[in-house]
Amino acid sequence: MSIFEYNGSAVVAMVGKNCFAIASDRRLGVQLQTIATDFQRISKIHDHLFIGLSGLATDVQTLYQRLVFRHKLYQLREERDMKPETFASLVSAILYEKRFGPFLCQPVIAGLGDDNKPFICTMDSIGAKELAKDFVVSGTASESLYGACEAMYKPDMEAEELFETISQALLSSVDRDCLSGWGGHVYVVTPNEVKERILKGRMD
Amino acid sequence: MSQSTVDVSAKGGFSFDLCKRNEMLTQKGLKAPSFLKTGTTIVGLIFKDGVILGADTRATEGPIVADKNCEKIHYMAPNIYCCGAGTAADTEAVTDMVSSQLRLHRYETGRDSRVITALTLLKKHLFSYQGHVSAALVLGGVDITGPHLHTIDPNGLTETLPFATMGSGSLAAMSVFEAKYKEGLTRDEGIKLVAEAICSGIFNDLGSGSNVDICVITKGNKEYLRNYMEPNPRTYVSSKGYSFTKKTEVLLTKITPLLERVEITEVGEAMEE
Repeated sequence: MSIFEYNGSAVVAMVGKNCFAIASDRRLGVQLQTIATDFQRISKIHDHLFIGLSGLATDVQTLYQRLVFRHKLYQLREERDMKPETFASLVSAILYEKRFGPFLCQPVIAGLGDDNKPFICTMDSIGAKELAKDFVVSGTASESLYGACEAMYKPDMEAEELFETISQALLSSVDRDCLSGWGGHVYVVTPNEVKERILKGRMD
Repeated sequence: MSQSTVDVSAKGGFSFDLCKRNEMLTQKGLKAPSFLKTGTTIVGLIFKDGVILGADTRATEGPIVADKNCEKIHYMAPNIYCCGAGTAADTEAVTDMVSSQLRLHRYETGRDSRVITALTLLKKHLFSYQGHVSAALVLGGVDITGPHLHTIDPNGLTETLPFATMGSGSLAAMSVFEAKYKEGLTRDEGIKLVAEAICSGIFNDLGSGSNVDICVITKGNKEYLRNYMEPNPRTYVSSKGYSFTKKTEVLLTKITPLLERVEITEVGEAMEE
């Protein structure tokens, strides 16, 4: 069994018109046993920047704490929030530093940059950045997520339509993966508000 | 908690603190993760006035295509570019690092960078990691001594060639070069030959695909033709799009209004003479 399949996870982010959405499943398991059904995989770095981490849950939490620490230092020095592109470079550098003994997680970063232009990117566990203009996926359900997003995604969707699309893609993909699921957690971020929604899914 | 894990590491370089834990997990039967590789067909050739580099744009994670349009031609200096194959994180990190070193060197010497400088910096780094930093590179550029093209192996072996290919599609591309290359090609002939070699890799090698990127470097000028050819467009796109019959059930909604982002610009006083 792969180390990424120890806890199970599914994270996806999509770009819309001046907005973005990031969603994850809620299961935390130890191989085939479910331990928790409300695990937080997506965390806020600042109002317009979110990071979703899939993979080994202990590394997810450790890496998140390290990144918040670095971002707070940056805020103290620069007196402003980090831009999403800068943050992505920071995460990439922190992951590549551990090239020969990596953190066993794959981040998905989503944020609103200058002029409220949405930015999404994902990385493998050693920091190889993959910028995309449409959607990025990560986790044990990633193969199903690739397929569902390819079919369902349209460019320039408004916030409500984007929410519906990302939720349908997430729920249909985790239905085909034993290790992730138990509902969904979706954040849709526009320049004026953050809408956080918990979805009802199959609890098996 | 030891000081080193809390502080931001100022020295740089690799950190090996998680190696013991990962080794323990592998012994317990959990397989190590696979990294994003760039499968790839990368090529370079020397033509009459300079160097042309070409690359495909597919990034793979095992058998899955992770990125359909990634950039494999990396900037090293205004007159030097480098194509990378192998583990994506390694090619990006190594080319970024040497690009920064070249810039500092330019500031120190006050001269344009030479291709052999980049070559030596790359080969020293890759050799010292004995092939574990898995980056296979095609380095090309035009400097004061003329056009140069080199290949660099992950182990640190370098070769200087008039035409070169690397990556999983290198055999497919090399067959095109061996058949059609001749010295003194014009710019258009060179671009056509490079595009043909990359297409040969795209269509015959499963690790390469999507579009063709080309970079033409001549004395004092460079042209980065991103997505020069797109031989694999989406064949059928439904005009209606995808419609969902059943809406998702939402259990809980929380709306957080965000404050308008205000830019505060301080008007400073002019400096005293």
